[in-house]
Amino acid sequence: MNKASLVVFGSLMMMVAFMAFSLDTSKKVTPAVAAKKDSVASVEAFKKVYAVLMSPRCMNCHPSGDVPLQGDDSHLHTMLPKRGIDGKGVFAMKCSNCHQETNTPGLHTPPGSPNWHLPPADMKMVFQGRTPHELAKQLVNPDSNGHKNMKDLIKHADDELVKVGWEMGEGRTPPPISHAAFKKAWITWLKNGAYAPSPKTI
Amino acid sequence: MIKLNINKKTYSLDASPDTPLLWVLRDHVGLVGTKYGCGVAQCGACVVHLNGEAVRSCVTKISRAIGKEVVTIEGLSETNNHPLQKAWLELDVSQCGYCQAGQIMSAAVLLTVKKKPTDQDIDDALAGNICRCGTYLRIREAIHLAADMQGRRSQANE
Repeated sequence: MNKASLVVFGSLMMMVAFMAFSLDTSKKVTPAVAAKKDSVASVEAFKKVYAVLMSPRCMNCHPSGDVPLQGDDSHLHTMLPKRGIDGKGVFAMKCSNCHQETNTPGLHTPPGSPNWHLPPADMKMVFQGRTPHELAKQLVNPDSNGHKNMKDLIKHADDELVKVGWEMGEGRTPPPISHAAFKKAWITWLKNGAYAPSPKTI
Repeated sequence: MIKLNINKKTYSLDASPDTPLLWVLRDHVGLVGTKYGCGVAQCGACVVHLNGEAVRSCVTKISRAIGKEVVTIEGLSETNNHPLQKAWLELDVSQCGYCQAGQIMSAAVLLTVKKKPTDQDIDDALAGNICRCGTYLRIREAIHLAADMQGRRSQANE
């Protein structure tokens, strides 16, 4: 390499380094998510996503401990059933021993879905207590989101157990927006770069 | 007609698919060892085994049991000699007795998974079986005794 080439190469390297350091990577969770990225639209959409995920219908099965939560006040599930290794309970206390494929009619009866469970013990996917920043980062990281890539995440909005959050039977307040509005916000957040709100956002 | 396998016998039942299994067991088949407690899966008095799992029959529709094996307290053993039944008698566990069939059926599932359960395992497995007489300590003791009996029985069979 001659002297002129070295100067050009050196200049290019400096530019690359400068560009890398000038990017604010602390808020960006997933690079190369989509061609068009709008961090403002992404963060704005995540506000709606966060309000849904932190509602009792979603958060109650994403507890910080190993006992699910229950009710609009998110108290510990009566009978204290435990997560178990696969998230489906332990011994004679499996989720599906009470939770049927469909809702059991009446107040204070178990809501139902064919695959009722908590996240498994090796990846608890906790929502309870997470800030918007923490939850956004957790949701797009395959090491903390159930090994989901972007395509899986988008598809997850239509997961049967996710959708049942809007149809949990009598006496349970649904999430703050409709499932359609949630799905729209979820996809908007993801497709605009899946930006996490500032760590200062509460 | 709906066919159900209950305690290794086949029953043809004239019942709607959404009838709770408990109703069919007690009112159609006449197996009244399984009790109605709360009717909303809160107390555990109605626990039976469905393919080995301790389901609450008051909220389990019979449509879920089609093609599966249902076992009630009457079918737990052929001559009432299941280690749990023997331990229950030996320690005189029951007081009023209403919840005990459910307690035993839940304990039986525990013992199939854990041959030597700890106190914590027992608490975890039977947390959903309520006893208003408060026989919990005798239940726990009886499960330990049954585990010992089961261990001795399997050693003798080896």
